[in-house]
Amino acid sequence: MSHITYEESKGLATKTILVLAVITVGEVLFALLGKGYLVSGFHLPHILMGGVMIILSAYKAYLIIYEFMHMKYEVPGLVKTVLFPTLLLVWAVIAFLAEGNYWNTSRANVKNPVKTEVVKGH
Amino acid sequence: MASDTLTHDHDLAHAQDGGSWKGGSEPFKASYGKLMMWYFLLSDAFTFSGFLIAYGALRFSVPTWPVPDFVFSTFPGGLHHKPLLFVTVMTFILLASSFTMVRAVQEGHRENKNGVVFWMLLTIVGGLAFLGCQAWEWTTLMGEEHMSITTNPFGTHTENGVYMMGDGHDIKEGDTFTAGQSYLIHQHDGKFAPLQYKVTEGPDAGIVKEQQLGPKAFGALFFFITGFHGFHVLSGVAFLLIICLNAATGLYVKRKNGYEMVEKIGLYWHFVDLVWVFVFLCFYLL
Repeated sequence: MSHITYEESKGLATKTILVLAVITVGEVLFALLGKGYLVSGFHLPHILMGGVMIILSAYKAYLIIYEFMHMKYEVPGLVKTVLFPTLLLVWAVIAFLAEGNYWNTSRANVKNPVKTEVVKGH
Repeated sequence: MASDTLTHDHDLAHAQDGGSWKGGSEPFKASYGKLMMWYFLLSDAFTFSGFLIAYGALRFSVPTWPVPDFVFSTFPGGLHHKPLLFVTVMTFILLASSFTMVRAVQEGHRENKNGVVFWMLLTIVGGLAFLGCQAWEWTTLMGEEHMSITTNPFGTHTENGVYMMGDGHDIKEGDTFTAGQSYLIHQHDGKFAPLQYKVTEGPDAGIVKEQQLGPKAFGALFFFITGFHGFHVLSGVAFLLIICLNAATGLYVKRKNGYEMVEKIGLYWHFVDLVWVFVFLCFYLL
């Protein structure tokens, strides 16, 4: 923080909060647009909506951590020890969503069992 | 690397009597308190991630899930059908309080006591406003819409159909709906009164069915996760108050460390905002 002046850091904070606000409004408008609230009959595919929302939220998280929490100005060792462990979550998200999906199909199979025929040999 | 540092007399003396292992030097050029705040926040991030991942797994494990822009569409003053408006206001309040916190930390760096107190007070107001909004949101969900941690009146249609209006012998066809639309089952005299509808498409076409309650886990997940976040905001406000009072009485002036305590609570406060970004994403946007 020491290498930039007070005025510079003030300007940077104002710029960051404006970007965060614009992204948030953009996200909400995009969600409403994609679900047909703004233009009637207009829908966007679910996977595209989800992808855009997740990328925009990740960018918001980056701004909050790097600008507001000053991660940008910490030494690399501190950045790595804090941020690298969170990479485990990538695996956790994929694994548990896949697991949830599996529960869903299992439950559906219990309600409507797939009938299999056993062919008896002679 | 080692020869570089050993050229300094201070480091030489330091290395001879045990170096970093004897303390006195700051790992990662951050103070103990700040470093530990970072690691606490890392562990807290894992706690929140655990909850949000559980939410994702349970959401994927049922065929339908309440549509968020239907569930969260009320606004104070008796307004309805304003999807996501109120929660956007809440997000803005929290973002604004994050900005005022940044300003408080910046004033602290230049040892400006009045600036620190002023911006911290604004941050506290922001935190309290957010909590007020959440209280209103919970009151509406529990009191008017009768959602609880065990009951979820928000269901979602899986077929196209038309509502059957009226009772007894005078049954007319009312509003139509399509698969994927959510509905709220209202209560009459303390009991849920699900509407009847006729399926108009698919293998069950022509059959009259009744609205079903939505996935049970929705209420428990919503109240528990937003409640856990709200509890973080509440304790954050408490710590902000204590540190603001300390700053106002001039305690940190004597320490001459650029109001480091303000910086630490600032880290916590931004983390609360960071978590909200993901709660907002999972519950309201997706």
